[in-house]
Amino acid sequence: MSETQHFKDYHRETRIFWARLAVMSVLMLALMGVLVYRYHHLQVVQYQDYATQSDRNRIHVQPIPPTRGLIYDRNGLLLAENRPSYTLSVVRERAGDLEETLKYLQTLVEINANDLEKFYKLMHQRRRPFEPVPLRYNLTEEELASLAVNEFRLEGVEIDAQLVRHYPYGELFAHTVGYVGRISEAELTNFDEDQYRRYSGTHSIGKTGLERYYEDILLGEVGNQNVETNARGRVQRVLERIDPKPGGDLHLYLDVRMQQTAMAALAGRRGAVVAIEVKSGGVLAAVSTPSYDPNLFVTGISFADYRNLNESIDMPLYNRFIQGVYPPGSTIKPVVGLAGLDTGFTDARRTINDPGTFRLPNTEWVWRDWKRGGHGSRVDLKQAIAESCDTYFWDLGNRMGIDRLSEFGSHFGLGELTRIDIPNERRGVWPSREWKRTVRGQGWYPGDTINMSIGQGYVLTSPMQLAVMTATLAHRGVRIRPQMTERANGKFLAPIIEDRFDVAEAHWDAVFDGMAEVMHGTRGTARRAAQGAEYRMAGKSGTAQVVSIPQGAKYDSEALKERHRDHALFVAFAPLEDPQIAVSVILENAEGGSSQAGPVARIVMDAFLRGKYLLPEEPEAAPVARQPVPGPQTLARRMSDTDGVN
Amino acid sequence: MSGRDFLRRLPRTGFGLGRREALQQRLHIDFLLLILLLVLTAIGMSVLYSASGESMVTMRRQGIFFVIAYVAMFAVAQVPVHFMRRMAPWAYFGGIILLILVLVIGVGAKGAQRWLSLGAFRFQPSEIMKLAMPLMIAAYLSKRFLPPSLKHVFFTLVLIGFPTALIIDQPDLGTSILVATSGMVVLFFAGLRWGYIFLAIVAFVASLWPVWHFMMHDYQRQRVLTLLNPEADRLGAGWNIIQSKTAIGSGGLSGKGWLEGTQSRLDFLPEGHTDFIIAVMAEEFGLLGVLTLLGIYLLVIIRGMMIALNAQDSFGRLLAASITFTFFVYVFVNMGMVSGLLPVVGVPLPLISQGGTAIVTLMAGFGILMAIATERKRVMRPQKNK
Repeated sequence: MSETQHFKDYHRETRIFWARLAVMSVLMLALMGVLVYRYHHLQVVQYQDYATQSDRNRIHVQPIPPTRGLIYDRNGLLLAENRPSYTLSVVRERAGDLEETLKYLQTLVEINANDLEKFYKLMHQRRRPFEPVPLRYNLTEEELASLAVNEFRLEGVEIDAQLVRHYPYGELFAHTVGYVGRISEAELTNFDEDQYRRYSGTHSIGKTGLERYYEDILLGEVGNQNVETNARGRVQRVLERIDPKPGGDLHLYLDVRMQQTAMAALAGRRGAVVAIEVKSGGVLAAVSTPSYDPNLFVTGISFADYRNLNESIDMPLYNRFIQGVYPPGSTIKPVVGLAGLDTGFTDARRTINDPGTFRLPNTEWVWRDWKRGGHGSRVDLKQAIAESCDTYFWDLGNRMGIDRLSEFGSHFGLGELTRIDIPNERRGVWPSREWKRTVRGQGWYPGDTINMSIGQGYVLTSPMQLAVMTATLAHRGVRIRPQMTERANGKFLAPIIEDRFDVAEAHWDAVFDGMAEVMHGTRGTARRAAQGAEYRMAGKSGTAQVVSIPQGAKYDSEALKERHRDHALFVAFAPLEDPQIAVSVILENAEGGSSQAGPVARIVMDAFLRGKYLLPEEPEAAPVARQPVPGPQTLARRMSDTDGVN
Repeated sequence: MSGRDFLRRLPRTGFGLGRREALQQRLHIDFLLLILLLVLTAIGMSVLYSASGESMVTMRRQGIFFVIAYVAMFAVAQVPVHFMRRMAPWAYFGGIILLILVLVIGVGAKGAQRWLSLGAFRFQPSEIMKLAMPLMIAAYLSKRFLPPSLKHVFFTLVLIGFPTALIIDQPDLGTSILVATSGMVVLFFAGLRWGYIFLAIVAFVASLWPVWHFMMHDYQRQRVLTLLNPEADRLGAGWNIIQSKTAIGSGGLSGKGWLEGTQSRLDFLPEGHTDFIIAVMAEEFGLLGVLTLLGIYLLVIIRGMMIALNAQDSFGRLLAASITFTFFVYVFVNMGMVSGLLPVVGVPLPLISQGGTAIVTLMAGFGILMAIATERKRVMRPQKNK
């Protein structure tokens, strides 16, 4: 039994095994079929999806920032350059524990509270994802080395060699060249698609001055590269590269030496100087003092530094030559005189009797000339300009009327934007009936014309406008738009004539005569400023009130606080026979237009016409700096009690 | 009677005992299987070269393990099959003792305790169990009348269940699946009744719920959840599977080329040199490469099953079938999990993935197959003499 059983079982076992093997084989083949199906599905059916996914994993597009265009002065000196700087940045998304990373970094490189403050400020701004946030600029060689050694521990920390904008002349060009700064949150929000692309590799943008105005040219065109990165985001190799196009350079009319001279002539006083090349409209010098160091803004200014600048009573951030609008005072008298000649309300021979006061017919209002007792009984135009006789121009303005005066003045760009190539210009006021109606909601009174005739009342002009006015005078009616830039991106920017009007040659000569008399005449208000000149020049002083003086009250300049003193203004051009340069000067609260502002204009013209530069390194710079602050006798000589002063 | 003899001789039909076979018998080597294994080794080394980032250190390590593994295979192949059968219980119970030792004094990594440390040398007792289990079950069942009675089925399940539980406890889900499978397969080939099989399937499905809630570790549950929806956690648990599918899919039909796989070489693919190495191969050699590899695996399996068919007795037959099928399970589970069909359990791709002891165990298993294949034909010879 047992033997048979065993024998039978042996064959049965074999049969069972065969059957089971058949079943198993089918199962294995089926499962292998599943695998084949699965791999076929992934590799053939869904191939495109996964190939794309794989490329997206490894390939990233990196923008390559273009090199920002350089800015040169008229002699090829660099005013704005790009300096290589090693910057330590942190990519928030990769850094893991930020506090830990920062703490560790502080053991490697010096990171002060200021850096951290700026870092957190930028960190909390809106950024592109994975955009590195700079922590420290200008790493030293040693710091670079210690970072490189510890690189493996620094996930999310990047060191890149960036070009950082630098302004070698510092505050000398702060208000003209301006500065670049990091793209702010607001700017980023306002970017359109194309700007977003163009700035994808760039961290800074022009904020003020030429840097802002010519941003498009200076920026250049972003390039990009496709890079292969590994899973930890480290770049392995560059697959494809489109080079960036560097930004275009700017060549300016501005001259470092002229700028230095103007700055030295101001000698630390608050004010502004503008010098324009008459034939081209090119701005030779434009300074506003006090100034500031634009380099502070490039990598982000600290709160403390910014507060100091912003809250200073001297307002260094304020660009006086385009944003500062002051009553031009007597500086516009030549224009008013020319208007009288052109409209026939006066001529070179016509004289008036100046008793020292002027009264509108049928009114009680009395205007008092700055010179008590008047300028004599036979004051003609030449004398009126030379001695800055108010009465002559009150009378002339009154007879000419607001409409003629207003229309004529606008030919000189008064009350209009000069459209100079830096932003944030203020237009000032050159009033008209319509202006007063729309802005003040009042009708025009004859008294308004009286005030306007000597640059008071509603009239407000910026030093740039005064310079344009003077250049237009010098150019005999050709008003050229002032330009700081001569060539942008290698292209010459042709002077743009804004206005051209005809006035008889004799009329120009008459006005020029008067203005020359200001400088060279025995009774000219600014004769001291022209002493020893090797060329003839034309000028006109002006004084602008800061606070209005009630009728009849005595104006005691000594008693007024320093900041309530009159502003001193001066406009001039030279040489008289063939004008090359037109200058306007304002010294805030300096009082004497002729005595204070006049010499500044003279220094600037001497520099341009005779090469007498006041350069900071040279001892010649000293005289102006040493020139004493106006003493009491100077002030006393100019005492007056009238609305109109020279 | 002669018909049955014919059936038994069928696999050998057409072959005489030529010189080559005589050599095979003397050396206890199955040349065909050896060639297939060498081809797999060559493929494995070249894929690993790429997957390890051209690391010569890894290559030398793996090379040394292959040498050890081939030596182990030749050595095991010399062991007479009846001796293996006698030694099966010793191997099995020895393995159990070692598994218990692992739980008590083992060392581990990543929250799992899998190794025994013997001075400088560390090994996983669960690897021994991969061979001891089919040996033991085959030895046990081949002595019984087949198909096995309920009592023997029960004992068999106990024999399978105990070490499996010990390995799950380490925890090592992948190995426990392989060990349990190698035992269950013996039971299946021994003729386990279909009724039992059906009941077992029902019981398995019914047990899923308690297993899920009470027996699985969090990370195991996470793996299953990740399998079901890898997109839910792209950078965490889903990362591996998304990256491996991307690697496979981006390989396309013919692949990116050897050493050109961006997913693996740029470190997007984790575990590219161990469990996920098929993704590297699929990325670099494409579907054609995968099919080639699968084809070679299939040939190995066919050869293994032929050896099982030709085995001299039930023990050899069951053992050979179990080893061969377990090999298949390796392949299927690994390729299934890397391509997102199955949960990620730690099963290496046989002979391709880096990993020393697993390769030695696998090759020792092939040594057993070769021993069975070249066993002296005690039954056949009297018939021939007739």
